[in-house]
Amino acid sequence: MSEHIVPVKVYITIFLVLLAGTLLTVLAAFHDFTYHLGSRTFALNTPIALAIAVTKATFVVLYFMHVRYSTRLVWVIVTSALFWLVILFALTFADYWTRGWFSIGW
Amino acid sequence: MIESPAATEHIQAHPALQHHFENMEQQREAGTLGMWVFLVTEIMFFGGMFLAYTLYRSKFPADFASASNHLDITLGAVNTGVLILSSFTMATAVWSTQVGKRQTQILCLVLTLLLGLTFLGIKAVEYYDKYEDALVPGQLIPGRPFGPEVAQEGDHDRHKLHLLPGATVEHVQMFYWIYFAMTGMHALHMVIGAGLITFLIIFSVKGRYDPEYHSPVEVIGLYWHFVDIIWIFLFPLLYLLGRHFEH
Amino acid sequence: MRAIEAFEPPPPSKVNYINAQYGLKSWLLTKDHKRIALLYLGSITFFFFIGGLYALMIRLELLTPQGDLLQSTTYNKVFTQHGIIMIFFFLIPSIPATLGNFLVPMMIGAKDLAFPRVNLLSWYIYMLGGVITIYALLAGGVDTGWTFYTPFSTTFSNSYVVATGLGIFVNGFSSILTGLNFIVTIHTMRAPGMTWFRLPLFIWSHYATSLIMILGTPVVAITILLLAFERVARVGIFDPALGGDPILFQHLFWFYSHPAVYIMVLPSMGVVSELIANFSRKNIFGYKFVAFSSLAIAVFGFLVWGHHLFVTSQSVYAGMIFSFLSFAVAIPSAIKVFNWTATLFKSSISYDTPMLYALGFIGLFTIGGMTGLFLASLATDVHLSDTYFVVAHFHYIMVGGALMGYLGGLHYWWPKISGRMYPEGWGRFAALVIFVGFNLTFLPQFVAGYLGMPRRYHAYPPEFQVFNVLSTAGASILGFGMLIPAIYLVWSMRYGKHAEANPWHLPGLEWRTQSPPPTENFEHTPIVDWEAYEFAPPEEMEVVGRFRRELETA
Repeated sequence: MSEHIVPVKVYITIFLVLLAGTLLTVLAAFHDFTYHLGSRTFALNTPIALAIAVTKATFVVLYFMHVRYSTRLVWVIVTSALFWLVILFALTFADYWTRGWFSIGW
Repeated sequence: MIESPAATEHIQAHPALQHHFENMEQQREAGTLGMWVFLVTEIMFFGGMFLAYTLYRSKFPADFASASNHLDITLGAVNTGVLILSSFTMATAVWSTQVGKRQTQILCLVLTLLLGLTFLGIKAVEYYDKYEDALVPGQLIPGRPFGPEVAQEGDHDRHKLHLLPGATVEHVQMFYWIYFAMTGMHALHMVIGAGLITFLIIFSVKGRYDPEYHSPVEVIGLYWHFVDIIWIFLFPLLYLLGRHFEH
Repeated sequence: MRAIEAFEPPPPSKVNYINAQYGLKSWLLTKDHKRIALLYLGSITFFFFIGGLYALMIRLELLTPQGDLLQSTTYNKVFTQHGIIMIFFFLIPSIPATLGNFLVPMMIGAKDLAFPRVNLLSWYIYMLGGVITIYALLAGGVDTGWTFYTPFSTTFSNSYVVATGLGIFVNGFSSILTGLNFIVTIHTMRAPGMTWFRLPLFIWSHYATSLIMILGTPVVAITILLLAFERVARVGIFDPALGGDPILFQHLFWFYSHPAVYIMVLPSMGVVSELIANFSRKNIFGYKFVAFSSLAIAVFGFLVWGHHLFVTSQSVYAGMIFSFLSFAVAIPSAIKVFNWTATLFKSSISYDTPMLYALGFIGLFTIGGMTGLFLASLATDVHLSDTYFVVAHFHYIMVGGALMGYLGGLHYWWPKISGRMYPEGWGRFAALVIFVGFNLTFLPQFVAGYLGMPRRYHAYPPEFQVFNVLSTAGASILGFGMLIPAIYLVWSMRYGKHAEANPWHLPGLEWRTQSPPPTENFEHTPIVDWEAYEFAPPEEMEVVGRFRRELETA
């Protein structure tokens, strides 16, 4: 059997990490992380919330879903799904972000 | 010497081995792979809605923040905890099947199911609140179209919509259809997951799963964790995006 | 000595997957991938002829410049329904669900697909989607065009948009399940010795097709769901009056529907790769290039959807990116065409019916692909967009490409599927009639479109009549040509000559078992120690005989 059995201790640790992450993201949401640097404004609340969510999701994928112990094929499947999501977002927003750049004057 | 592996292995084959697989290892591998490929389709399915969310949120930031602030953050956070705990019990169920502890396995599956139902119950309470406040978008509920009461300056009634500067009720509706579409689709996946776990419990009690054959528990576990991950993203994106504007 | 007896092949038995069981129930509850392939074959043929009837109505209406046969509203429904039936219920399942279902396990030496029950489920889902769609058509039809563009489809159309959308939504799951099954099967069920680079190219192209099915279909599913949501509840998802963006619908729709074109044509390319190599009795030129170009098409196919949006409010910068990427997708397609022609060079070609279709495919696909480049260029697309040039272009890909490959493959594997030979003379005649009819139908449309005839109108200025008369004449020939194989293939199931196990004398695994194959495909799990397209004397290209000889020498 090529299968790896993850000990329960690992699951408990991950569970606590996830709970802490949830608490952290709620606390962070009430604090305003908007910074002004010269003339530019950086609104960091959403990036911080997303970073916490991505970290939590990564822990679930790696440990609860056993990807850390899985074959390369599973890694490829997971990353390719994310890659296609990036294609969907990147090319759609390639349209929306550049719409205002050019006007012919109508 | 060429020997067909099938000829020798059918003698002591596991009763759960299907006829077209050579051995249990191949069957397990196919099952797990199949679920992962299915989860890829799920990622793309939810991806379309996340795309719509991103687009409209960047178009109407103040409206989205106002609408989000009306959601019940306590219930949302509690539900996140419930779902994470259910993911933990599901992972433990997989572990206890792998090592052959049947009592623990059944207990963990039942706990997972109960936690899943708790999540759905809390979600139903939240939906009812939104219905009361007439926040169900468009004409979705006949006789109760979208039309929340807007709070005036100094009015702290939590059933009224508190609009941030620049926000309009029309674009708040934008948020609410995304909210209902995404959480509704997530809840539908939870219902399907609860059905699958019920099915697992029935067969666990019958003693169908053992360390050699635990593929169904593992595969449905993968699905359950995936549904958890979707919520891990929905919670901050829907509930928390405008809280820092509140004070 | 006892060991040798154990390997003695059983006497040639007449038991095969068709006569292993009898009765309607044995078909409707079958888990055998070969029987499910036949269920699909019957259903897609049914939908093909329905779609064909709509095509006939379109061509008859366009025979004269005035709108005399159909009213404009009826005409809108007719071309919409032609598109929906042909694309979602014929072309997308055509090769994967029939030939692919039948051959993927056989070509890799497996007993069945990884999930036989899921495979049967996918057919039932397909039928459910079909029934819902047919209901929508009978109840009053749908007039939005197969693209369902918003806000017309969400707000203004007075036809059965939600019901049709539901049919397509349901049908999408059948395609997802087929793709999932293929991917898992190809990864986990290959026979011992069947390495990735020994796989027939048909398998590579089906792998690439399955990738598109699982990555693209869910996106169109959610899009259609949102469309229905918007139409029922009027919440403003795609409604500019409420702050929504109708172009978002087009982005989401074409994210699937452009790659869907590759779902149709990639399996066909797989069939053609088989036909070209096998009927010129030569290893394919540049195996790895052909194999990887399939994957490249699957990936690049996802990067080009914006070329359908050149004349919308899409940003010109995005237009430039999409235009460039659309040119890039021509490269892997061209690699295939060059490798096929290089394979033909100095080989011994036999012009049997399947090969006629394969050669037709190369020519027609090249024309279809090259005219696609006109449409990928930003400036020319402004002139050609929504004209008959576009119609002609995609019919060259979908009919000239996908359908030719399907018919070629159906003839090629017919002896294996049915156990009978089709009549070769009639086969060649039909292939010729279809080729002539097809070109006569669609070549004039290129000209009409270039001169400015718009698509989707039931009436047109009289100066375009000559092209439309030619086109309708061609369509009649094409329709007649389609009837010939339908008749003689059915005829051959009863009266055709019995086919031997390997009528074409080819090395592929599917030819090394009896025709029709037994339920579990092979007597023994085959062990593969030859490369793909490795031609050998006939007696060596047989698994059972090989076992015997190796035991005798041992």
